[in-house]
Amino acid sequence: MAEYLEGRENQIVTKGIDSHELVGGKPSVAGSVSQRACVFCGSRVVLYPIADALHLVHGPIGCASYTWDIRGALSSGPELHRSSFSTDLREKNIVFGGQDKLYQALHELIDKHHPKAAFVYSTCIVGVIGDDVQSVCKRVQKEKNIPVVAVMAEGFQGSKKDGYKIACDALFSLVGTDESMDVSPLSINILGDFNLAGELWMLEEYYKKMGIQILAPITGDGRVKKIQNAHRAALNVVQCSGSMIHLAKQMKEKYGIPFIKVSYFGIEDMSDALYEVAKFFKDDSVMDKARELVKDQLTTLIPALEPYKRALQGKKAAIYVGGAFKAISLVKALRLIGMKTVIAGTQTGNTEDYRLLKTICDDGCIMVDDSNPVELSEFVKQTGADLFIGGVKERPIAYKLGIGFCDHNHERKLALAGYDGMLNFAKEVYETVTSPVWQFVNRSTPFDNE
Amino acid sequence: MQKAESIKQKVMPSGDTFASSCNACKQCTPLGACIAFKGLEGVLPMLHGSQGCATYIRRYLISHFREPVDIASSNFSEETTIFGGNKNFNTGIDNIIKQYHPRVIAIASTCLSETIGEDVQRLIFEYQETHNTMPDLPVMIFASTPSYQGTHSEGFHEAVFAAVKTLAEASGPVGDHINLFSNMISPEDIRHLKEIVEDFSIPVVLFPDYSDTLDNTSWDSYRRIPDGGTTVDELKKSALAYASVELGYILNSGGMNGRIKDNGTKQSAGEYLKSKFDVPLVRTGLPVGILESDKFFNALSSISGKAIPMKYQRQRGRLVDLYVDGHKYVSDKRAVIYGEEDLVVALAAFAAEIGIKPVLCASGGESGKLAGTLREVLGKNYYEDMVVGQGMSFERMEEVMQELKPDLMIGNSKGYYIARKMDIPIVRTGFPIHDRLGAQHTHVLGYEGTMILFEQIVNTLLEDKQRKSPVGYKYM
Ligand code: SF4
Ligand code: SF4
Repeated sequence: MAEYLEGRENQIVTKGIDSHELVGGKPSVAGSVSQRACVFCGSRVVLYPIADALHLVHGPIGCASYTWDIRGALSSGPELHRSSFSTDLREKNIVFGGQDKLYQALHELIDKHHPKAAFVYSTCIVGVIGDDVQSVCKRVQKEKNIPVVAVMAEGFQGSKKDGYKIACDALFSLVGTDESMDVSPLSINILGDFNLAGELWMLEEYYKKMGIQILAPITGDGRVKKIQNAHRAALNVVQCSGSMIHLAKQMKEKYGIPFIKVSYFGIEDMSDALYEVAKFFKDDSVMDKARELVKDQLTTLIPALEPYKRALQGKKAAIYVGGAFKAISLVKALRLIGMKTVIAGTQTGNTEDYRLLKTICDDGCIMVDDSNPVELSEFVKQTGADLFIGGVKERPIAYKLGIGFCDHNHERKLALAGYDGMLNFAKEVYETVTSPVWQFVNRSTPFDNE
Repeated sequence: MQKAESIKQKVMPSGDTFASSCNACKQCTPLGACIAFKGLEGVLPMLHGSQGCATYIRRYLISHFREPVDIASSNFSEETTIFGGNKNFNTGIDNIIKQYHPRVIAIASTCLSETIGEDVQRLIFEYQETHNTMPDLPVMIFASTPSYQGTHSEGFHEAVFAAVKTLAEASGPVGDHINLFSNMISPEDIRHLKEIVEDFSIPVVLFPDYSDTLDNTSWDSYRRIPDGGTTVDELKKSALAYASVELGYILNSGGMNGRIKDNGTKQSAGEYLKSKFDVPLVRTGLPVGILESDKFFNALSSISGKAIPMKYQRQRGRLVDLYVDGHKYVSDKRAVIYGEEDLVVALAAFAAEIGIKPVLCASGGESGKLAGTLREVLGKNYYEDMVVGQGMSFERMEEVMQELKPDLMIGNSKGYYIARKMDIPIVRTGFPIHDRLGAQHTHVLGYEGTMILFEQIVNTLLEDKQRKSPVGYKYM
């Protein structure tokens, strides 16, 4: 492709052709139509699923309005997280400061909703007008006797990824502040599963069968009290390491809790996630139960996947997702159903992640960091992909080019984790790629390449 | 009437008595500006501010229109925020030109760039100065849209005004065309308006025209800038039109939301052309329902001196016939109507003329003109019990609705959770519609659009009745 934006050369690599290393973690260039979001977005994504907390966005209305219930994170109890609270700053607040309004808003909302904690997200403009959000939070915390956590997430500080770290700090301030729950010696915290479409509940089933207690899910189906007790678990199991590794490290340092990194997407990764946990507890009965569970699941799953695999053999997929670990799992999961990944990109991967990603991609696969519609559409053309896996902003690119699309971001409503998730995934990919509607679109690459 | 009074007491104070908002019935100003800007041919919008705003707005618009919506951002960093956006602005424009080769770059400010006091007009001027030898230097348009000064609706009208103000030039004799400023409507409704003026044989500059750019065909390669839109040349000659027709009574007029000083510079595009170039201005509301559509068709007829084409007379006749067929099923139903202020006025006028009582008319907008406009437009159909809520959030709407116990909601899809909780049906129209397919094809304007809307409402009520009836029924 002739025209990368200047300064992006080392953010694009074709495996087997280019020799340079793919560099991640750079800020987006001005004037690009980046698919990336802001720091606030990153912190909001991570903290969003804590369902019994108040999430108050301090700023003008947009930042809150656009994040109103857009995630698919389900709760088994309270649903306070699904409302969008904002201080809705107006010009007079911008001029005279929004601190008083924030203070009043917190009082008003805590009295009305009785949350177990409150998160206050400060957005770009709050950073500029210099509201002392932290001191307001402290004051309200004292007056209302619940944790009131300032999430200093001004969007301009960086990109989405930087928001993850800020969210982890916010969570860490809660961890270790309660001791009242019963904790089994075989207990884990699950970090970085957001319970999209109830995926966490599937995992809970699996671990329950192995005799393991999930002490705190962080943050899918999250509860303040569980997070406050989370320092007492034996192990942290980190799924979305891009977002949660910082918290895992902090908990290791302060409370000595070890952590492992896992992924729940695809058969191999899911099974590994169970085995790794069993291995950690050095308990044969746990390991036996894990083996049995995996065997059970696979005896039904493998034959069920067969027809999809046959139909999809040799088809090509493009991936552009938020984090690198998701991309890696997807490459493997696609391979399992006969498909080849020809584009693998992420919004927030770092150089190290990309090294890993490269080891599992095939030659010719285009790997890209922080891409944009112009590039992505060029790559799709160039590689003749049959399917695009991404988020809402990538969907119209795929559809306009006349290829199938599967949603794999925070807004999806279909469970893709675990064994059931793998079957859902295969089924969705199959229905998407083989839909008869593609006969009507003009694609310069032929649809069938068998 | 005691009860209605007490509800009113609770609702009428504007957002000010509440320090916070929950589930806002509005989006921010630059979002509206981006929609309007997409109605220009060869445009690429850019938001001057940090990255998140552009990404969120793109995501929001993509979900509604189901089209690619490329919006660039000047990507403020911490440093930019402190030292100013000059450099980012220039690099941003450079990169956009390199990647998109646009004819127009339409820039909207965000809360952030406004607050740090960026003088975008000046940045544009300087860029143009230093690049004046560049062939095909894009036209640049700027709309000032800090979100704390209004809603997406005001942003939309601000952008329409900015485009006209930047481009309109009086060079030559008055033409035979009119300007039609179409307000924030669906691509399908824009197409319908074009069809109407064409059937009147009136040459028209319709703006903004995103009927193609936000509702396009399938492609075989990615169009960086989709075809369609009002051209720069057309907007240039808007100053030479023999009349402007503006749809909407409120537009961006009125006290802006939370503003501390109103410097009186808020003008609509039509008002600007009138004051600056003497282009006569005719204002009708959004033509929904018979009475309001009549106003629009009559306006076109008197402007052009031509009779209303038979096609529309017949449409009107069929609509009357349909009203008669369906009146029983809607009569005396109590509806909640919400969304942008001008849309609320139009839908309320329509509801009232078919016998549906709009018991609550709510908007996130705060022009201060909603109640007065409703009273004027609904005339004898206006009734005193109606609760009019400005600056309303969905949470407050819900509180009011719990008391009013309406039968039906008419508005965008964000009201769905209330509808679900209260088990009442919702007819989706307006912006945004994120939980259904076809937002870009909602058609409510003119007699034809009204027909579709009326059928939707009747059928939704029937469906609801069937669903809730113990036996169901097969004939009606
Ligand atoms: S900062 Fe302002 S412009 Fe940006 S999303 Fe928030 S409200 Fe909208
Ligand atoms: S970049 Fe700033 S203003 Fe824009 S959405 Fe993010 S936090 Fe809000």
